Amino acid sequence: MKIVREALAGTLESSDLMVRIAPREGELAIVLQSEVIHQFGPQIEAVVRGCLAKLGIAEALVVIEDKGALDCVIAARVQTAVSRAVDAWTADWSVLS
Amino acid sequence: MTAAIRERLVGAPLPQGLEPFGGVTARAPHLATRESKCGRKLCSSLEDAIRASGLKNGMTISFHHAFREGDKIINLVVDTLAAMGFRDLTLAPSSLLSCNAPLIEHIRSGVIRRIYTSGMRGKLAEAISNGLMEEPINVHSHGGRVHLIDRGELTLDVAFLAVATADDFGNANAVSGRSRCGSLGYAMVDAARAGKVILLAEQLVPFPNAPASIRQDQVDLVVKVDQIGDPSKISVGAARITSNPRELLIARLAADVMEHSGWFENGFSLQTGTGGSATATARFLEQRMLKKGIKAAFALGGITGSIVDLHKKGLIGRILDTQSFDAVAAQSLAENPEHWEISTNTYANLTSKGACSDRVDMVILSALEIDLDFNVNVITGSDGVMRGASGGHSDVAAGANLPIVVGPLIRSRIPTVVERCTTVVTPGETIGVLVTDHGIAVNPNRPEVAERLKAAGLPVTTIEDLYGRAVALTGKPQPIEFLDKVVGLIRYRDGSVIDVVRQVKG
Amino acid sequence: MKLRRSMLFLPGSNAAMLSTAFVYKPDSIMFDLEDAVSLREKDSARLLVFHALRMPAYRDSGIETVVRINPLSTPFGMKDLEAVVRAGVEVVRLPKTDTADDVHALEAEVERIERECGREVGSTRLMAAIESASGVVNAVAIATASKRLIGIALAGFDYVMDMQTERGDGTELFYARCAVLHAARFAKIDAFDVVFSDVNDDDGFLKEVDLIRRLGFNGKSLINPRQIDLLHNAFAPTQEEVDYSRRVVAAAEQGEKQGLGVVSLNGKMIDAPVIEHARVVLRRAEASGVRQ
Repeated sequence: MKIVREALAGTLESSDLMVRIAPREGELAIVLQSEVIHQFGPQIEAVVRGCLAKLGIAEALVVIEDKGALDCVIAARVQTAVSRAVDAWTADWSVLS
Repeated sequence: MTAAIRERLVGAPLPQGLEPFGGVTARAPHLATRESKCGRKLCSSLEDAIRASGLKNGMTISFHHAFREGDKIINLVVDTLAAMGFRDLTLAPSSLLSCNAPLIEHIRSGVIRRIYTSGMRGKLAEAISNGLMEEPINVHSHGGRVHLIDRGELTLDVAFLAVATADDFGNANAVSGRSRCGSLGYAMVDAARAGKVILLAEQLVPFPNAPASIRQDQVDLVVKVDQIGDPSKISVGAARITSNPRELLIARLAADVMEHSGWFENGFSLQTGTGGSATATARFLEQRMLKKGIKAAFALGGITGSIVDLHKKGLIGRILDTQSFDAVAAQSLAENPEHWEISTNTYANLTSKGACSDRVDMVILSALEIDLDFNVNVITGSDGVMRGASGGHSDVAAGANLPIVVGPLIRSRIPTVVERCTTVVTPGETIGVLVTDHGIAVNPNRPEVAERLKAAGLPVTTIEDLYGRAVALTGKPQPIEFLDKVVGLIRYRDGSVIDVVRQVKG
Repeated sequence: MKLRRSMLFLPGSNAAMLSTAFVYKPDSIMFDLEDAVSLREKDSARLLVFHALRMPAYRDSGIETVVRINPLSTPFGMKDLEAVVRAGVEVVRLPKTDTADDVHALEAEVERIERECGREVGSTRLMAAIESASGVVNAVAIATASKRLIGIALAGFDYVMDMQTERGDGTELFYARCAVLHAARFAKIDAFDVVFSDVNDDDGFLKEVDLIRRLGFNGKSLINPRQIDLLHNAFAPTQEEVDYSRRVVAAAEQGEKQGLGVVSLNGKMIDAPVIEHARVVLRRAEASGVRQ
C-alpha cells in the first residue's frame, strides 16, 4: 500500500501514543519519541515496523510520540494512521492481527 | 562592687583553670541594657542574621522541607548566600523538591558543593542524575538524617528554620499565623543540634509564643521574612486524595490485608503515608474498624486529613505527627490535645533512645520499583533518574510489625514489579506484603501472614507471578545504561551505604 | 451458570482504560464502539478494541467480553461486527433493537463471518439492548429471536426520550423494566438494568441496585469501576439468608437420606421451591460472598 496523504491517529494521553504518517519517497523513516524509550525503544520500533511490513508499507515518514502505550495500542494506532493515509482502505483482519 | 567582691578572694589561690568573678555582665554582655537583653536575637535582615551566625565558606547549612513544593525559604536563603559571596557550602535540608530547581545555578557556580537530602524531584534531580555535581549527593532516610548528625558525619553549622510565628526570643511554631505547615518535626531536630539556629519567621508575636515547637533556648537569631511558604502546595506531588478507581482498588485490598493480617486488634497502630492509595486505605479501614468494634491506639508519621477524620470519629486514639500533609492535619495539630508533634528523632532514628517506628504495627509504603527479593526503590525512576525520596520508608519498614507496600503493577508501560531494582533503598527482608491491582504477594519470610490472608480469601500469589504478569503486559524492559560516575550514595538508616546511583547515559 | 451481575462499560477509544480495566474483575466488560465514540474516531476505536480483545489479559481473565457495535444501519456497524467476531469477542451487543428482525439480521451476519474466519458457528453470543417503546413492546419476540442470545438489556436514555419523558426516580422506567424482565425470564435468558450515571452518588446507586435486584434483574450496566464492588456486595446474600439456606439444605439432605417425602425445619414444611431457592442463595454466596 502507498501512503498518499498525511494522517494522524491516537492521543497524547498516558498509555496512548500519537502516530503521524506522511508520504516519503524511497525510504521508511521512523522517528520515535517515547517516555519509556530507554526500557522499550527497540521493542516499540519492532512493533511499528512489523505492522507496517504486514500492510506492505515500504515508503513513509512515521513520527511517533509515545506515552507508555502497550504493544496492542501501538499496533492499533499505527494501523489506524495507515488506514487514514492510503486510498481505498479495506480492512484485512488477518493482516491486522 | 565587683572589686569589693574580688577582694574576698585575696589569699585564696584558685585551682588551675578557674577564673575569679569578673562582674555580672562579664560573661553576659547582653544583660547590660534592657534592649540588648530582650532584643539581642532579632535581626533586621536575613543578611544581618547570616553575618551574625558566623557562617563561613565550606560550612554546612540546614533547612526543613515541611512546606514541600510550597517552600519559599531554601531558595531565598541560598540566593542570599550566593549574593553575599559564600562558596563551597554543604546543603543539608531534610529534603528537596521540584520547587528547588533554582539551586542548579548555585551548584554550577560553586556556592553549593555537597548535598545531604532525603530526596529530590524535578529539574534539580534530573540535573544531578546527569552529573551536575562533582561529589555524589547523600540520600538518607528521615531517621537516618538524625543518625548522621548524631554520629558526627553531618555537622549542621547554621540551621535556617522557617516558622509561621515566633517571638523575639525564638519560641516558635507553625500551627499559628498565616502560613501554617503544622508539624515542625524536621526542624525540631535541627533546632536541637545545629551550631547556630536562625529562625525565619513570617510573623513576630509577643513573648512568650506558644506552643513552642522550637524553644527559645535552642535559638540564636530571629529574622522576619515576608513569606515562609505556601501551605496549599504541601499536598501537591506526593500527597493527594484520589478518585482514581485503580488506586481505590489497591486501597481496598490494602485495607483487606490490614484487616486479616493478624494485627487488626483493639489498640493496634498504623501509619498510612501519603500516596493516593495510602490515604484512601484509611477510608476503607473505617468501615472495618466499626464492624469489628476496635480502635487504633495511635497513627504515626506523615499525617493527612483522612487520619484526622478517623481520630475525630474516635477510631484512632493519638496522632503522632512528624509532618502534616494538608491543612486539615495542620489545623488538628493546632487544636487537638491528642494530636502530637514529634521530631524525626522521636519518629524514626534508630539510635534515638526511643523511635515510634519501632512501636507501629502496620505501615502502608509506596514503591517506584519492588524486585523479586522485595527490595524497594523509592528514589530512581526506571529510566535511572532520581525522582523521589527515601523519606521514612526504610525506617518504618525496619521497625513496623507488618510493612505493606502498595502500588499499581504497571504505570503506563513501566512495571513496578521488576527482576532487580534500579536502586535499593529499603532491603526486601523488612517488607512483609506487596499489594497491587493484580493481586497480593507475601514475602516468603512471613509464611504466617500468607496463611492468614489466604484463609480470608484474599488474592494471594507470588511475587514471581506478579512479575510474570507485568512482563506479559509490557514486555521485558531493557536495563538502563549508566556511566561509571556515582552521583548519589544511598545511605541506609544506620549510616551504611546500601546502594549507589550512577550517572545516566545521556 | 455464568454470573452476570456487573457489566462495565469502557469507551472503545480510551487506550488507558482498555489497558487496565481487567483488574477490576467485573463479570463482563463491554467495550463500547457506539455512543461513547465520536464519529471521527469510529475507525480507531474499532482497531483498539480488536487488539484489546486479543490480549491474554482479557482472554485469560475469566471476564466475559462484550462489544457494543454500532447499529448495522450505520456505515460503522458491519465493520465493527467483522472486527470483533474475528477478534474472538464472546458477546456482541446490538444497540437500539426494535424488533426480532434486527436480531435475525445480526445473527445472519455473525454466522457468515464465523464461517469466513473459521470460528465455530454459534460460538459468538448475542445480547440485545432495548432502547425504545417499540423494543419494549416487542421484548418477548426479541428475547426469543435467537439461540445465541444470552440476555437483553434495557438502555434508559434513548428509551425515556422515545417515551417523551426523562430520567427520574425510576417511575419512568417501571413498565419497561418489568416488560424486559418478563421477556428475559420467558426466554430463559438474563436481564440487565440501565446505567446509573452519577458515579459520586453511592447512596442513589445502591437504592437503584436494591430495586432492580428485588425485581429480579441479573445485573446492571456500570460506567465506573468503583461501582463494581458496591454492586457485587449488594447482590450478595446476607449472613442470615446464608445461615437459613444452609439449614434448609441440610434438612433436605437429611430428609432424603431418611427417605422422607416431606421435610420440615423448625416445625415448618420446606418444599422443593424453598430448597431450590436455598441452593441458589448458597451459590450466590459462593460467588459474591456474604453482604458486608
